[in-house]
Amino acid sequence: MTEQFDYTRTEHVLDPSGPTPAEHAGSDADVFDERVRAEAGAIIERYPDSRSALLPMLHLVQSVQGCVTTEGMRFCAEQLALSTAEVNAVVTFYTMYKREPCGKYLVSVCTNTLCAAMGGDETYRALSEELGVGHEETAGTPGSEGSVTLEHAECLAACDFAPVMQVNYEYFDHQTAERALETVRALRRGEPPHPTRGAPLTDFKDTERQLAGFFDGPGAREGATASASAPETVRGAELARQEGWTAPPMPDEVDLPPVPDTK
Amino acid sequence: MSEANTHGTTASAGSAPLTPVLTRRWLSPESWSLRTYEQLEGYTALRTALAAHPDQITELVKSAGLRGRGGAGFPSGVKWGFMPKERSRPHYLVINADEGEPGTCKDVPLMMADPHSLIEGCVIAAYAMRANHCMIYVRGEALHCIRRLHHAVREAYEAGYLGRNILDSGFDLDVVVHAGAGAYICGEETALLDSLEGKRGQPRLKPPFPAQAGLYSCPTTVNNVETIASVPYIVNGGAEWFRSMGREKSPGPKIFSLSGHVERPGQYEAPMGTTLRELLDLAGGMKDGVPLKFWTPGGSSTPLFTADHLDVPLDFEGATEAGSMLGTTALMIFNETVSVPWAVMKWTQFYEHESCGKCTPCREGCFWMAQVLERMVAGRGTEEDIDTLLDVCDNVLGRSFCALGDGAVSPITSGIKYFREEFLALCESNRGQDNTQDRESALAGVAR
Repeated sequence: MTEQFDYTRTEHVLDPSGPTPAEHAGSDADVFDERVRAEAGAIIERYPDSRSALLPMLHLVQSVQGCVTTEGMRFCAEQLALSTAEVNAVVTFYTMYKREPCGKYLVSVCTNTLCAAMGGDETYRALSEELGVGHEETAGTPGSEGSVTLEHAECLAACDFAPVMQVNYEYFDHQTAERALETVRALRRGEPPHPTRGAPLTDFKDTERQLAGFFDGPGAREGATASASAPETVRGAELARQEGWTAPPMPDEVDLPPVPDTK
Repeated sequence: MSEANTHGTTASAGSAPLTPVLTRRWLSPESWSLRTYEQLEGYTALRTALAAHPDQITELVKSAGLRGRGGAGFPSGVKWGFMPKERSRPHYLVINADEGEPGTCKDVPLMMADPHSLIEGCVIAAYAMRANHCMIYVRGEALHCIRRLHHAVREAYEAGYLGRNILDSGFDLDVVVHAGAGAYICGEETALLDSLEGKRGQPRLKPPFPAQAGLYSCPTTVNNVETIASVPYIVNGGAEWFRSMGREKSPGPKIFSLSGHVERPGQYEAPMGTTLRELLDLAGGMKDGVPLKFWTPGGSSTPLFTADHLDVPLDFEGATEAGSMLGTTALMIFNETVSVPWAVMKWTQFYEHESCGKCTPCREGCFWMAQVLERMVAGRGTEEDIDTLLDVCDNVLGRSFCALGDGAVSPITSGIKYFREEFLALCESNRGQDNTQDRESALAGVAR
């Protein structure tokens, strides 16, 4: 009977007419208004096949609601002529789609081996204690100023800056527990510090809008991000310049090989 | 040429320790802007390429010996040559910018610092493969990259390097920057294609290979960022110039990413075949002088190396002959303060989390191996656990649907091979004790 009960609960979650816990994010039919529909249409336009629009469209949904609700899934399904179940299967596969409303700031601490060995695990524990939350949980009312969702992340492709952390997917390099705590306390106060690299922090929803491919909102201006390349990035190039090391010079003229015989 | 001779000599005997090609522009102010790119020979290779026959470009890349920089090292020109010549169906070029292999951090800085080199490479490669659509699949967490790429693509359209009739050549190309959503497996090329089609990112059975049936079942080539960004330089410098760096079978420069316990971690572009000893020297040695214990030549999926491997030439042949793989030249460097079983446990937890669940050996194998390792690191392991791990590894390696499973066993088998005594030491407290009960309960239940 337990199985039957579980089954019923699953049905309930997938039931288009039923409300879900995630929907306290203030969702109603109006959330996905004409503007959002037009933007969903613009995403579809980018691709030769409409279904390719699903991943960016789910980012668009998160930019509206701060997570992917059942209603958000239904919205995508309608735009792409898919079943809600097909959309649900995709949503649950990818870690960046959040099923519970996310805080204004999503803090991701890399706890993969290298970052962990250099202090990432310690940082994660310190933040978890400070915020009183665990993985994918939120301190404060989701969406409100100062609300912070914590998660531990896999390798964030910035290992030369280890240990690293991201806030709304902007890099904070060389994070000790102390530095990360300082950052998170500032976020809680609603005074977001500038990331080491990237654009000034705004809101998780603005971030998701960019991931959907729209760069017209706050935090998306390239001009605001025109900082010089980080020292680690240009370490080799800088050393080579100092030492006068270069690649062999290119010849003045290069002959392309002939067109091969087609058999 | 004899095999020994091929490996014994470097083609670059006289070249400098660092050979900045891809990284050369990174020092320039606003290196990511079109203006800087154009001032520094940007989009000159494109003009040469568009004036040539598409097959000449493929031949050039073949003769340059460019090999895939995403880890597998497959000859890029040969891969391009698999694409059909006729255009009966749309052709696609897909760029794998889903950089996620632990330790790997070369493509993200490249796209941040010099996105136009990737875009120029895309146009040349797409022209060679008769593709009018190119998708750049960037991992979603790399937001700053996505922003830079998006901006660069817009600049390229405005300048006529993308879109209709590029530089009056009659060639059309559209580029879409596509953000992923957090799944390591999407770095596997067929999983990436499924993901790009709006599905769960799970690998496909090969054959058919993407060149026959890839994106939307059309001819498709998936290439890594660094591979494609190398192409404009090959067009400008020629095959012989490219081969003047690196080694006979692995020519060219390569971005080596040093991370971990080194004094000056970062990106170092050196000829293929450079050794860790040489790279460490450039990077100021081990951090605070604490001795090296273990390292990966190319990410966590490449078997570990130790201090005995400092002189292994880091190219595709050299790394393989020494028992590992070149992978993505992600050199994660660990000093002697780090426990090998702990590191192996952390990596295994990663593979467990990222296993897509499609095939049983990988899904179940990673799940159980993580638990065995967690138990060992917690001091509740036995010597038998080592055999169990190796046995499970044996059932995952080569029996999984894609390379994720093979990668997952690399740290375990190599960790035990070089540091078995550390695993044994963890079992010391349980030696001779009857903890069968404990072990059985751990294996019987799926509760963690």
